[in-house]
Amino acid sequence: MANIIEVAGLNKTFRMSSKHEPVRALDDVAVSVREGSCMAVVGESGSGKTTLARVLVGLETKDSGEVAIGGNPVTASLKRKEQRSRARAIQMVFQDPNGSLNRRLPVGSAVDEVLRAHFPLTAVQRRERVAELFASVGLNEGHAQSLPSALSGGQKQRVAIARAFAAEPKIIVLDEAVSALDVSVQAQVLELLHELRRDKGLTYLFITHDLSVVRNIADDVIVMRRGQVLERGPVGDVLDRPLTAYTRLLLECAPKPGWKPRRGVIEHLNSEIAS
Amino acid sequence: MTSNESAVLGTQPAATPQRLPAAAGRLTSLRRRLGWVGIACAGIVAVVVLAALAGQFLVPYDPTVGSVTQRHLGYSAEHLLGTDQAGRDIFSRLLAGARTSLIGPLIVVITTAVAGSALALAAVWFGGKTDAFIGRVLDVLFAFPSLLLAILGVAIFGPGIVTASIALAVAYVPYSARVIRSVALRERNLPYVKAAELQGINGLTITLRHVLPNVWTQILTGSTINFGYAIVDLAALSFLGLGIQPPAADWGLMISNGQESLQQGFPEQSLYAGLCIVVTVAAMAYIGERLGGRAAAGRSKQ
Ligand SMILES: Nc1ncnc2c1ncn2[C@@H]1O[C@H](COP(=O)(O)OP(=O)(O)O)[C@@H](O)[C@H]1O
Ligand SMILES: [Mg+2]
Repeated sequence: MANIIEVAGLNKTFRMSSKHEPVRALDDVAVSVREGSCMAVVGESGSGKTTLARVLVGLETKDSGEVAIGGNPVTASLKRKEQRSRARAIQMVFQDPNGSLNRRLPVGSAVDEVLRAHFPLTAVQRRERVAELFASVGLNEGHAQSLPSALSGGQKQRVAIARAFAAEPKIIVLDEAVSALDVSVQAQVLELLHELRRDKGLTYLFITHDLSVVRNIADDVIVMRRGQVLERGPVGDVLDRPLTAYTRLLLECAPKPGWKPRRGVIEHLNSEIAS
Repeated sequence: MTSNESAVLGTQPAATPQRLPAAAGRLTSLRRRLGWVGIACAGIVAVVVLAALAGQFLVPYDPTVGSVTQRHLGYSAEHLLGTDQAGRDIFSRLLAGARTSLIGPLIVVITTAVAGSALALAAVWFGGKTDAFIGRVLDVLFAFPSLLLAILGVAIFGPGIVTASIALAVAYVPYSARVIRSVALRERNLPYVKAAELQGINGLTITLRHVLPNVWTQILTGSTINFGYAIVDLAALSFLGLGIQPPAADWGLMISNGQESLQQGFPEQSLYAGLCIVVTVAAMAYIGERLGGRAAAGRSKQ
């Protein structure tokens, strides 16, 4: 099958000010994702996962390298028409469910405005479609009428997922989409994502710092650290026969099913391998 | 959220979605924010606005016509606050003056809010070079004291309430634009705005639908504060003969007219007009402070 995402030699350096050291957020990164598969991106906090996602969807400019989606090169500044066609190709679910919805508007409108931007539907048709999309993520029309403040974190994340699906993209980038959620809710949302992907033949780029969820959802995985890709391959290979000490450590830190790590354990171990 | 959420996420999402807050709730929260002094101030402002709207029908005498035989009368039942150097009824002039004294600031505030928001939102949306360019232009305006800029504008376009007000608005724009920009910038960087952008929704729609409503409070509060500044600055322009022209009734103009009388021992009209300005401005400023403070108008450094 063809690769729907093709990234090669990608570099991105952040220069905050002359006082700070420049940060190499992406260092010669290469990723290929087959159409219809789920690629997990794992790594400790600050390893460049979000930056990779933002470059992919065009929210961040790259310094150098090749980024192509469905054979088309991605750039950060686009004309209106290209922006719309890219919206139909790739969407992203952000990490923070609280900031990802306008606190002043009923959450249904976030989905409605996407439909309005992309499809020639009447108001009534749009309302039906919003209800449909909400139902597909396990929410009802009552939820569509409520403000974000009336919803839980998990419900907000479901709305964000419904919004990402609204334009019917081929690829969805999920940046720590379930990390902010409780373990039991996490499992439900993961299940939901899995079903949606199977039903619609989507491609996922699933970003997480938590290896325990990777096995459940991903086909392939890349392990990142300090902007570099350390390991790559099918999930089974990488997780069962890790090549680097870093991956082994991530695996050791990963919570077993039904077990939650104490806060700080992962951070502590991360700082240990960093030193 | 644990147990709650799991329940809600079950087969029947039996949430109790909270609707948009009712108007009554908003009124209560406004009262809480203003406090009792703030309510009293709102009452004062209401009286002034009423005078501005209906003053011309309530005046006992024609505010612009006097009689030489009636000059500098003290207060009496006929002339509640006495008469001025031209024999005009001071109370009538104060009442009628409320309108011009409010219309000018209203023009200033609306022009400032519209231009300031437009510049700030454009700077925030386009960012980069547009932002830098707008920033430079505002910096140049900042370099001039507001009143000086207004005087320059009036010198070029001629005196009058409209030119004076617009000239003053130009001088106010950098202050309001700077504050609105900072609030809008925070909003623009929130994930939901990024998400809308990623959805291919156009910039104008996002700005009007998402960014503007979230900086609206800021704009309103800034306008309240600016209103106070504008009354004073326009009064100063009137005083200098650059604003509204005599014989119209206007508080600033009355202070100016009262100058000579002041030296002759008749301080009434300047005093009363000055009092009207001070009380109105103080009331507006108090309300503005309670709602968000001078910072909302970008004036905290003054
Ligand atoms: N906008 C930015 N400005 C400066 N530095 C940034 C910016 N975004 C990310 N970084 C830095 O780049 C590195 C990678 O960040 P990020 O991609 O967010 O990592 P992750 O998502 O894996 O936690 C971090 O060191 C972070 O501080
Ligand atoms: Mg991240």
